[in-house]
Amino acid sequence: MIHPLIFLDFFRKLLEPLHIGDAAVYAIAYTWLIIIALLIVSLLATRAIREVPKGLQNFMEIIVDGIENMITESMGEKGRPFFPLIATLALFILVSNLIGLIPGFFPPTANINTTAACAVVVFVATHVVGVRNHGFHYVHHFMGPIIWLAPLMFFIEVIGHLSRVLSLTLRLFGNMQGHELVLMIFFTLGAKYYLPLAPLPMMLMGILVSFIQAFVFMLLAMIYIQGSLEEAH
Amino acid sequence: MEFFTMCMLAAGFGMAIGAFGTGIGQGLAVSRAVEGVSRNPGASGKIMTIMLIGLAMIESLAIYVLVVCLIILFANPYAKVAEEALKLVVK
Repeated sequence: MIHPLIFLDFFRKLLEPLHIGDAAVYAIAYTWLIIIALLIVSLLATRAIREVPKGLQNFMEIIVDGIENMITESMGEKGRPFFPLIATLALFILVSNLIGLIPGFFPPTANINTTAACAVVVFVATHVVGVRNHGFHYVHHFMGPIIWLAPLMFFIEVIGHLSRVLSLTLRLFGNMQGHELVLMIFFTLGAKYYLPLAPLPMMLMGILVSFIQAFVFMLLAMIYIQGSLEEAH
Repeated sequence: MEFFTMCMLAAGFGMAIGAFGTGIGQGLAVSRAVEGVSRNPGASGKIMTIMLIGLAMIESLAIYVLVVCLIILFANPYAKVAEEALKLVVK
């Protein structure tokens, strides 16, 4: 649910010369808000690192440790260099999903441009990793097992790789946008029939959806990078 | 039939059919996952991860339908063309 807070007006004026629509301005504004919030929290957590963690440092350590464990579980030791990329994506998507549960805030992931940007980052990362690890032999990933089927397999693989971006984008966008729409409809219905708590069950559902979608995005990013790390069949 | 009615029918039935198939698919996946966990509770962590990936893959089909329905309802590119064509047909 979008609420015209004061700093949004400032952003609208700032982005006016670029001719960006209102919905995109909200997404950009809240993306920057989340970036700043994450920066401040990580600075506060690492300002005075202690041997025995306390307070905020403890909290952040649990999160970072959990993500690292997941990466080593599903990618092995080879996946450790990709920890910064995957953890950044996961934290950003999780926080931007959850911010939509606060009334008046708009989750940037409910705009298709934000999710497409995240998906394109994953897409580029997989191919950069593939070319770096295998060099020219990365072509074999697209050729299939039998050489005379290669022309056919090549196009199928290319379509498969492109559809990954589409599915990553649309899954996150559709879930968050659908959740926002349901909340909006329930708010209006609740206002009409004097039921102020009508959207509450949907918000509970929203917590679940936010965590699962962030987890799924992270998991799929890990699997795609793992796929290009492996030797071709 | 008016263009608006057609859009509503298409969006409603489209989402219903999409949810039907996705529901069956996810039910099958979850039933097998529960069976696997009850046979071998030690592997529940791994089964859970794989099940979640599968569910996300199946769910994206319903999400595609949802996106198409949203396009039909809110961002229909042919709304004006179709209305003009309908007017011609009615005349």
